[in-house]
Amino acid sequence: MKIILNGQAKEIAAASNLKHIIEQFCQDANHVIAELNGEIVRKQHWDGQSIKDGDRLELVNFVGGG
Amino acid sequence: MDIREATQDTPLTIAGKTFTSRFLLGTGKFKSKNDLKESILSSGSQIVTVALRRIDLERHEENILEYIPDGVTLLVNTSGARNAKEALRIAQLARESGCGNWIKIEVISDSKYLLPDNTETVKATELLVKDGFVVFPYMYPDLYIARDLAKAGAATIMPLGSLIGSNQGLKAKEFIQILIDEIDLPIIVDAGIGRPSQAAEAMEMGAAAVLVNTAVATAQYPAELAKAFSLAVEAGRLAYLSKMPNQRNIADASSPLTGFLYES
Repeated sequence: MKIILNGQAKEIAAASNLKHIIEQFCQDANHVIAELNGEIVRKQHWDGQSIKDGDRLELVNFVGGG
Repeated sequence: MDIREATQDTPLTIAGKTFTSRFLLGTGKFKSKNDLKESILSSGSQIVTVALRRIDLERHEENILEYIPDGVTLLVNTSGARNAKEALRIAQLARESGCGNWIKIEVISDSKYLLPDNTETVKATELLVKDGFVVFPYMYPDLYIARDLAKAGAATIMPLGSLIGSNQGLKAKEFIQILIDEIDLPIIVDAGIGRPSQAAEAMEMGAAAVLVNTAVATAQYPAELAKAFSLAVEAGRLAYLSKMPNQRNIADASSPLTGFLYES
């Protein structure tokens, strides 16, 4: 199935949960923040959060800034 | 040197946290993350700013938080926000990271001058304070806006010295002075400070602290310049506490005014 991850279409395995996807795309999941279809999903809920075709997922983290 | 009681400094206190350093460092534009870490350590900065961005899925970037020493307070900026609503969203995302609730509001829609949108900044401050954030609004120094920000519950006010990244120093000096004199919150001068002498100048005026990023990050030797800034901030602070005499338009001799050997 397809999701929109950080604005890009990505093919992911069916029956993935949010935790799988974050582990697949982020080498360092520490301090990653996830927003699924505009709603923040807390880290403790990543495992139980199912992902469906067409979902929009934003993954953000900290970078340098003034 | 023993510092007499009248000039003994009190720590900078923001939302119940105290800081002995009055030098805030931004973490953008460093050539290497090691330079960043060395600069935090050499300057003794206790508050550093970071930004939040979409993860780059194509290349692995090192986690910047690993280069920020333990005990340093993170101040997350809302850069990228063009209005109050976007600033709130960024702040809420930042809070989910578990890195605290201190937010520097940066609402900018002009990409040429990067001037903060004061009206949206007031709205964002109201929204964020209601949502439980400790708010540091970055603003164009305007007394009425500063009063609105204080009324909205801002923890500090961060007027710009000059354009972001311009190294032009305190172009807005007279207006920053008005905020220092009139607003009962720590005034932290942010943006445009390019040299330690400019940081000292802000502190001599009575600023509570200064924030520097570009000048340090783009110096050939960042850690050395960070230390120079921190010394300048200390010097400026002590000068402020020493209650310097005012400028005069005519001379006032420092040596005795009598003739050298004979009364004239």
